[in-house]
Amino acid sequence: MGKIKVAIIGPGNIGTDLMYKIMKNDYLEMKMMVGIVESEGIKRAKSLGFKTSLNGVNDIINDDEIKIVFDATSAKAHLENAPILKAANKIVIDMTPAAIGSYVVPCVNLDELENENNFNMVTCGGQATVPIAYAIHKAAESEYTEIVSCIASKSAGPGTRANIDEFTETTAKALEIIGGAKKGKAIIILNPAEPPIIMTNTIYSIVKNPDYKKISEAVYKIVNQIQKYVPGYRLRTEPMLYENKVTVIIEVEGAGDFLPAYSGNLDIINAAAIEVAEKIAKERLGKL
Amino acid sequence: MLKVIDTTLRDGSHAVSHSFTAEQVRDISRVLDQAGVDIIEISHGDGLAGSSINYGFSKTNELELIKAASEVVKNAKIGVLLLPGIGTIADLDKAYDAGARVVRIATHVTEADVAIEHIKHAKEKGMFIVGFLMMIHMASPEKIVEQAKIFEENGVDYINLADSAGHLTQNEVKERIEAVKLSCNVPVGFHAHNNLGLAVANSITAIESGAKYIDATCCGLGAGAGNCQLEVLSAVLNRLNIENNLDFKKLLEASEKHVRPLLQRPQIIDAAALMLGYSGVYSSFLLHAKRAAEIYNLSVIDILEELGKRKMVGGQEDMIIDVAYHLANKKE
Repeated sequence: MGKIKVAIIGPGNIGTDLMYKIMKNDYLEMKMMVGIVESEGIKRAKSLGFKTSLNGVNDIINDDEIKIVFDATSAKAHLENAPILKAANKIVIDMTPAAIGSYVVPCVNLDELENENNFNMVTCGGQATVPIAYAIHKAAESEYTEIVSCIASKSAGPGTRANIDEFTETTAKALEIIGGAKKGKAIIILNPAEPPIIMTNTIYSIVKNPDYKKISEAVYKIVNQIQKYVPGYRLRTEPMLYENKVTVIIEVEGAGDFLPAYSGNLDIINAAAIEVAEKIAKERLGKL
Repeated sequence: MLKVIDTTLRDGSHAVSHSFTAEQVRDISRVLDQAGVDIIEISHGDGLAGSSINYGFSKTNELELIKAASEVVKNAKIGVLLLPGIGTIADLDKAYDAGARVVRIATHVTEADVAIEHIKHAKEKGMFIVGFLMMIHMASPEKIVEQAKIFEENGVDYINLADSAGHLTQNEVKERIEAVKLSCNVPVGFHAHNNLGLAVANSITAIESGAKYIDATCCGLGAGAGNCQLEVLSAVLNRLNIENNLDFKKLLEASEKHVRPLLQRPQIIDAAALMLGYSGVYSSFLLHAKRAAEIYNLSVIDILEELGKRKMVGGQEDMIIDVAYHLANKKE
């Protein structure tokens, strides 16, 4: 049996990097790239030998071979695309902040989302910080978790820039819903330094049971799990505990598939999306 | 006529670790209003929703403070600071409901476009809107103009340039203010920090270069070595015969009777504050860096120097711990 065929809507930076990641994957096969104009991303997909379409979702729903669709457009466009794709029985991986389906952070809750057909990838900062927040919460019970994500200005595309509130609000919500904190808060900083800085994230948590050994073990364990799909994910410091406040600082270096290595923020959300698609593909192929 | 924005209850809150109470805000706002200040800015030091582990928690919810001030002022408008990435449009709506009618939307000097949605929203609410560029020492006058134009195109009422690290000398202030004045049709303002002892001088230079709005605080309260000291500014404006609406005597009362008693430490240029200005480090890092130096048994000077080398921008207080951790490990 072969691979599961997939399509990408939105041939921008995210969509193009996803395409390169799919090309490397053992279970997924790139079938179609969909855009609205003859863009760089469409040309690139065409030159790599993939089918392209400027016809929105229509060509995808008419192609029965395509089982999984990545939507890398915008929240607004996804609200229109989602019901059409659902009616056509496609599994959708939503890269936008639309959040129609469940939030998914693979190393935390992917196994719980068996019957989901629309997976929302939260935010890049969410993919980088929610696992740590969850690990701390499991070990020590979080009253309040706050994260600070710093990304290189160059890695913040027009979508992120126009919707920066969506980043803070969605990430804060995911810290609560998936990360387990009673209250979550998220802060994002853009740093224009040259050469560009790699993505760094600080996770603070006020906990009920400040047992350093338990917290530290949980953090190291989840870092290992994330590294399986994001090799450039690492701790910048040991986990720190001061009274009842836990501090963990991590950095994310991208795989450099299409986007430069400093943009770990874009890499981690894409790597997480591939992880979701791969699990679905393995199930369909009977390999799980 | 020169317009004056008092930021004692916003930037000044850094100096008292965001501990202002509603009663203090009411007292200070009442006198500032009588003293002829045009806008009284009130928020957490890092802007709306800045209350956090990273920047320090507010003792009193900022919305209560905004409400307290708006109940006592007769002429001055109540303003808030909003840093997209920290505060949101939802936070701005709450501040509006509490009485804020001016919003200053602040971004790093190269990132003005993250403020566009917030500017549009404030416009719909009929607020007076200020596009606020921080850390202007990190960009050339040309770059500053490019970013100021993004604000202007989206409808701000004036553009404020902030020397957030207190790093600029007078000629550097002059070229930046003049560049924006020359290229934009909306007025320009200036926000100083006193880390090199130049806050009042730089503010006067800004006014002489064409700035129509100036930020200042009672007793010079503010992050790092503080801001431009309002009562001193008033005295110097009068000495220079620069027309203004400030009541000098009232400002002395505001500072000595209402603000100075609240100071938790002298508002001076100590070695660490000087290092901020010298290395071009965000002034708000000062107290956090001092705390990290204590915890890790390091020199605060070394921490600030390293932060400067790493080109950290406003809001990256979390990296103070990162720097301290790595310096401490190196020492071992």
